[in-house]
Amino acid sequence: MKPMTLIDLANPTKFLSQTARMLPWLAGATAILLLVGFYQAAMAPDDYQQGATVKIMFIHVPNAWLSMFVWGVMSLAALGTLVWRHPLADVAAKAAAPIGAAFTFLALVTGSLWGRPMWGAYWEWDARLTSVLILFLMYLGLIALWRAVEDPSRAGRAAAILTLVGAINLPITKFSVDWWNTLHQSASVIRKGGPMLDRAFLIPLLMMTMGFSLLFITLHLAAIRNEILRRRVRSLQMMQANQRAA
Amino acid sequence: MSLGPYASFVVISYALVAAVVVILIVWITIDYRRHQERLGELEARGVVRRSGRGAADIR
Repeated sequence: MKPMTLIDLANPTKFLSQTARMLPWLAGATAILLLVGFYQAAMAPDDYQQGATVKIMFIHVPNAWLSMFVWGVMSLAALGTLVWRHPLADVAAKAAAPIGAAFTFLALVTGSLWGRPMWGAYWEWDARLTSVLILFLMYLGLIALWRAVEDPSRAGRAAAILTLVGAINLPITKFSVDWWNTLHQSASVIRKGGPMLDRAFLIPLLMMTMGFSLLFITLHLAAIRNEILRRRVRSLQMMQANQRAA
Repeated sequence: MSLGPYASFVVISYALVAAVVVILIVWITIDYRRHQERLGELEARGVVRRSGRGAADIR
């Protein structure tokens, strides 16, 4: 199999052909990583303060990471739409939004379920939680925008502008725990001086994070394929209607 | 393996994540099949792409 190049990616038919070959392998690798990660998470020791609730970390952190990473991917795609006019950029952005919304929803709910036993509250209007809630609402807004505008290229341009404006929220979310006094703990993995976590927690966490990241890549490629097919159906239906009218 | 006094919070968290991931996979799979069916119907009606290829041809 020849390696996929950017030129190949720009051609929807070649993209479909390449993803058809890659998806089974990606799905298999995702399943293996998640199963190993889940086993390691189950076998991880209890935390001396949090007890077994620390196991929520192994699913909360990957979803929280992906909530921001997916918006980052959409921001790159937005640049691809507005600056480079890459034919698949708005397709990629549109396909990523529902997946990103799902990961953000899971980050919020698992965080809430972790917060109740640890903080004594499901929700607190602190900077981290509020900025992630805003991120979730922005995902929903983007999905609504794409549904509201019928022409995909017009919707793509409007969504790209909104995505880039929304990207301002990413550093606010990431550094909110440093800039403000929040109930949410500060960064313990990606920080100066290395991770603060013990290896017994760090290894399962990294495995689950890799598994969820690969899950996103797999789902995203499949969703891009669906969006290409949706647009092909639309253009063929329009072609058929024009033929009938003529 | 004991999950302690807050076992329900841990179990609900994992169950919810599994449910949402399964919903995403099922939704994407159904969406793909639906589009393949529509393209198959268009091809059966004789509608072809500008390239001359069949509507459902993804090679």
